Amino acid sequence: MNITRDEVLRVAALARLKMDEEELAAMTGQLDAMLAYFELLKEVDTEGVIPTTHPFAKVNALRDDAPVGSLPAAAALANAPAATAEFFVVPRVL
Amino acid sequence: MPSNTMTIAEATRAMAARQLSAAELTQSCLDRIKDVDGRLHAFISVDGEGALSQARQADADRARGQAGPLAGIPISIKDALCVKGLPATCGSKILEHFVAPYDATVIERLKAAGAVILGKVAMDEFAMGSTSETCAFGAPENPWQPGYVPGGSSGGSAVSVAAGEALASLGSDTGGSIRQPASLCGITGIKPTYGRVSRYGLIAYASSLDQVGPLCRDVADTALMLQAICGHDRRDSTSMAMPVPDFTAALTDGMKGVRIGVPKEYFGEGLEDEVAAVARQGIEALRQAGAEVVDVSLPQMPYCVAVYYLVATAEASSNLARYDGVHYGFRAEDCQSLLDVYEKSRSRGFGAEVKRRILLGTYALSAGYYDAYYKKASQVRTLIKNDFTAAFDQCDVLVSPVTPTPAWPLASRQDDPLALYLGDILTISANLAGIPAMSVPGGFSVKGTPKGLPIGIQLQAGHFQEEVLLKTAHNLEKALGIGWRPAPLV
Repeated sequence: MNITRDEVLRVAALARLKMDEEELAAMTGQLDAMLAYFELLKEVDTEGVIPTTHPFAKVNALRDDAPVGSLPAAAALANAPAATAEFFVVPRVL
Repeated sequence: MPSNTMTIAEATRAMAARQLSAAELTQSCLDRIKDVDGRLHAFISVDGEGALSQARQADADRARGQAGPLAGIPISIKDALCVKGLPATCGSKILEHFVAPYDATVIERLKAAGAVILGKVAMDEFAMGSTSETCAFGAPENPWQPGYVPGGSSGGSAVSVAAGEALASLGSDTGGSIRQPASLCGITGIKPTYGRVSRYGLIAYASSLDQVGPLCRDVADTALMLQAICGHDRRDSTSMAMPVPDFTAALTDGMKGVRIGVPKEYFGEGLEDEVAAVARQGIEALRQAGAEVVDVSLPQMPYCVAVYYLVATAEASSNLARYDGVHYGFRAEDCQSLLDVYEKSRSRGFGAEVKRRILLGTYALSAGYYDAYYKKASQVRTLIKNDFTAAFDQCDVLVSPVTPTPAWPLASRQDDPLALYLGDILTISANLAGIPAMSVPGGFSVKGTPKGLPIGIQLQAGHFQEEVLLKTAHNLEKALGIGWRPAPLV
């Protein structure tokens, strides 16, 4: 086994996902098969190779420090499942 | 010829000659959608009224002598792109009621060029798939063969163009999502160089791989559409401030002086004979047009699927953290706490494939596994990129198949996600390296049942070398004689 049911549960909690037992079992089997497949990367010698996280080694994208418009608050709130005049509404946190 | 099956170039000529109005052209596409989309499911939403009003505006602009390069051309848009005032579901229940508050940069540019937006088309949920079957609002169908997949994730884009519903479409390509459906539906598609086209307003899947591009009826139309959407955008920090060449001017006859590379790893195990034969026929046609043909090798090819599914899922797990049931999108009812809102909304809003990729990506980035998975994959990505750099020292364009097989029956490959992932092997390394790549119609299946399924040929070139890519595609199209033909939908 490359991954256990409990590890999938732990990762699901990190990802803010909940699954029932049936879903969890299927997911564990599928993830296990994928991780087994990924083992083939072990045969590649990557000693000293710099990782690529982006196609181009671009550092900063600068622009003039001039104010420009942005999305109006009403437009930003228009798609919210619950909102008041200026705020997103969530269940009590305190 | 009904106007809905014209190329952009043909429709533009007809409108310039006052033989056709943009309103008539748009109406003919809307009629076609009404006739066939109940079966094909290419569209998630159609904006008929908006399209006709844009078309009348295009007619007025033309009458004043102010027609843009795409004036009056009806286009469909993958539902991963934001069009102000229209729904943008990204194929997911979690965004079912989301209405885009602004235009993506590529949409602004299409509108400025005079294009008419017909509506939003189907895709795999969050562009995660190769068949469009994970779309939460119904799977589109291949117009060449009932009951067959159109490919994905930009399946709705490919179907709408091939079936005569739209003259062209915008899709996005993270691991082949433009090229693969273009190939399976017998049309042309290009994934531009990473950074060539702005991603602002494209709903993110994997940000270091995603790129917007057109799906079109022929190479000349592809050059026109690419021209309209390219260029630097200050709102996308990864868009490159590169000069945009005249792509149509690159479509010159003859391949003298162009070196074609044949990557041997692309003709390996798992490739159907007739798919290989179509690519080899294309290579021969280019040789006869004057190209020099050389054999090249990309030795890291066997690792690209593993690298892709670690990098893409890691990025997706981070990008999709924004769907929290608070700011926009679906929120589950009956929630007692904020954590409850997150967990229930995400668990009920996302489909199985999206959850699978989020879990895989979260795992690959989690403490204790990061070095073994994400970092290792990113290092192998460097080696894959180096392979391409070495190959492009020896040649200008790589020619290969796009997919190992032609289209397959709907629902036949859904039980084994890993097997489906392996079908992406020929397209994903272009995204890992950030290079431009195209799919051009190459032939049709002649063996097996059914016959007559489209088979594409893939062209790949070095960073920002879209001109030689389009020139090669143009010569291939000319030599093979497989231009645009509407799918034989009965």
